[in-house]
Amino acid sequence: MKYRDIQLDSQGRLRHFLTIEGLKQQTLIDILDSAENFSTVGTRNVKKVPLLRGKTIANLFFEASTRTRTTFELAAKRLSADVLNLNINTSSTTKGESLLDMLRNLEAMHCDMFVVRHHSSGAAHFFAQHVAPHISIINGGDGSHAHPTQGMLDMFTIRRHKPDFTALRVAIVGDILHSRVARSQIHALNTLGVPEVRAIGPRTLIPAQAESLGVHVYHDMQQGLRDVDVVIMLRLQRERMQGALLPSENEYYRTYGLSPEKLALAKPDAIVMHPGPINRGVEIDSSVADGPQSVILEQVTNGIAVRMAIMAMVLGRPNEEQEAG
Amino acid sequence: MGIHIKNGHLIDPANQIDQKTDLFIEHDKVAAIGKAPAGFVAEQVIDASGQYVMPGIIDLQAHLREPGEEYKATIASETRAAVAGGITTLCLPPDTLPIIDTPAVIELIYRRNEAAACAEIVTLGALTKGLAGEEISEMYELKQAGCVGVTNARSPIANTLVMRRAMEYAANFDLTIFLKPEDHSLTRKGCAHEGIISTRLGLRSIPEAAETMAVARLLMLVEQTGVRAHFCQLSTAKSVQMIHRAQFDGLPVTADVSTHHLYLTDMDIGYFDANCHVIPPLRTQRDMDGLRAGLVSGTINAICSDHQPHEPDAKLAPFCESEPGMSTIDTLLPLALRLAEETELGLSEVVAQLTLNPAEILGLDTGRLDVGRRADICVVDPTQRWTVSAETLNSRGKNSPFLDWEMQGRASHTLLAGRVVFQR
Repeated sequence: MKYRDIQLDSQGRLRHFLTIEGLKQQTLIDILDSAENFSTVGTRNVKKVPLLRGKTIANLFFEASTRTRTTFELAAKRLSADVLNLNINTSSTTKGESLLDMLRNLEAMHCDMFVVRHHSSGAAHFFAQHVAPHISIINGGDGSHAHPTQGMLDMFTIRRHKPDFTALRVAIVGDILHSRVARSQIHALNTLGVPEVRAIGPRTLIPAQAESLGVHVYHDMQQGLRDVDVVIMLRLQRERMQGALLPSENEYYRTYGLSPEKLALAKPDAIVMHPGPINRGVEIDSSVADGPQSVILEQVTNGIAVRMAIMAMVLGRPNEEQEAG
Repeated sequence: MGIHIKNGHLIDPANQIDQKTDLFIEHDKVAAIGKAPAGFVAEQVIDASGQYVMPGIIDLQAHLREPGEEYKATIASETRAAVAGGITTLCLPPDTLPIIDTPAVIELIYRRNEAAACAEIVTLGALTKGLAGEEISEMYELKQAGCVGVTNARSPIANTLVMRRAMEYAANFDLTIFLKPEDHSLTRKGCAHEGIISTRLGLRSIPEAAETMAVARLLMLVEQTGVRAHFCQLSTAKSVQMIHRAQFDGLPVTADVSTHHLYLTDMDIGYFDANCHVIPPLRTQRDMDGLRAGLVSGTINAICSDHQPHEPDAKLAPFCESEPGMSTIDTLLPLALRLAEETELGLSEVVAQLTLNPAEILGLDTGRLDVGRRADICVVDPTQRWTVSAETLNSRGKNSPFLDWEMQGRASHTLLAGRVVFQR
């Protein structure tokens, strides 16, 4: 019992959304299908559905973010939930208030769901383990561990352009070591049946035994991009220039930046993705980011529908006690 | 005052006794084995039928949290837990608050332990002042005050020259230096072994080389300085190989391992179980096998608890932000005994790893049951089964990685200097 997946309730339905790892393929497909339905909501005159009326969702962001927080907020509002945004800078947690104290205080405000973004791997699991049983946790990104809603919106975007996952070759390029996005994408791609996932990056930015995640590792970008259907570029944090991981942004661009020449090695109809925000001229050339193969802005739009689908699935479960009764 | 322990299975590796016999204690000493001495009057008879009678366990490494962190645990709370686990001597590292780098702190610890009066405490002095790794400590003073060795605990000595001189100076006073091999520039803020698990969970990782680099560097200096060195809590199979080679070459080197590295791997972290956050980190199955093989070959000489009790809040945080360390004083005895079943080690060898060998490493004359020696004794019921839980742990720290494990074997009586300090 101790090792029961805490993401699932006794009926095997999602009660938290912490990581894609371990979820069934059908669960992922259900999320994508449901997101497909929600994707039209944003184009209507009245951009709202009453699914989560009366529910309160709190966005707990321990790490700065504009885009992710905004899309979570929009998603919740379009589902008619009440939204609370809390940007918790780490200084208030160092004032002696423990994470758990903060959690108890927020519980006392009768929220139904917390969207948590935190700089430490495992934070979302930590919250899920300690939160009151009626509250659901959505992982909005924890350390280098997982960013499952981003992973799902990327799958949604891929499926719109390439409907058959089992016929794809996908390359993820850049700082895999520190990337929670990459880990979630890799789990999702493998679960959805993508036969070949490649991880491309310098040895200093590929984690130990990366193959165990289910990827083929390439250190040469020219080789790694050959004949792929999807190129996912990862954001390169400026801090990586310290700590002897990389010598300079310039050299990184020349070796692992996506230029039109390198993109030409992929299939002609390959799509280019990036979780944003992008560093133009560091990991990706402007002409590629804004070019015809780029679906980067679509990813942002799709983020709302996918997050709606996940929130609705998690909060829309029939009450367990009611069912048992 | 005489105590007669009768019908027990006496295990005393120092004298190669491993048989059913009686033990007689008068005052604070072992008076006789087998037959009662002339004029012996038993004031207490302990029936040890079906039980092991062995020297009290000597734990090479236990953090008691006092002085300085009494909100985690105290000398009184942890020595009580120790004797309930058959441990009669605890060796304290100097990373207390204040740090053990002056005789005054040692006196303070001894005085507080006298008040608790349960187990014996011996201390290791700081190798450098304030453990800062810059100036060597007053080792002669520390030795005079009772330190049985010196160590820089988990604090780095980045400057190799300081390390070398500290070794030379320790050797000057015939002090054993206790080394926790760690290259801090490779550990950085890591919290899990670098491998499949750290990669999957996105945890900041500690490579194998963080330990092996340090072992290699320290062995070179041991060879140069001739200091007697003891390597604490090895975590990798490779370190065992290097120590083995050094011993083969005749270097005065010994080593120990903690029980959790003999029973757990990084897989046990599961989904971020903070009770498995420890330094050095839990490593792979291959490392665990290598450490066990090191015990069997005699390269590793002792098993310790590396006990680090915490208050509950210390572990209530995401994995890397939780405080490292495990509460292991309660489980040292049963987990060590289990090695006699799971490895090629005989029971007597396991007992030696808990008693005689640590005594020799610390330069103590206990850990053995010769007639005339101080009677530090542990009587163990090897059939007793118990389940690890917050209630069954005697330590104030409930941060055990073995929660819900079933243990077999428990101390029924513990004697310190001929006095029964624990009785179940």
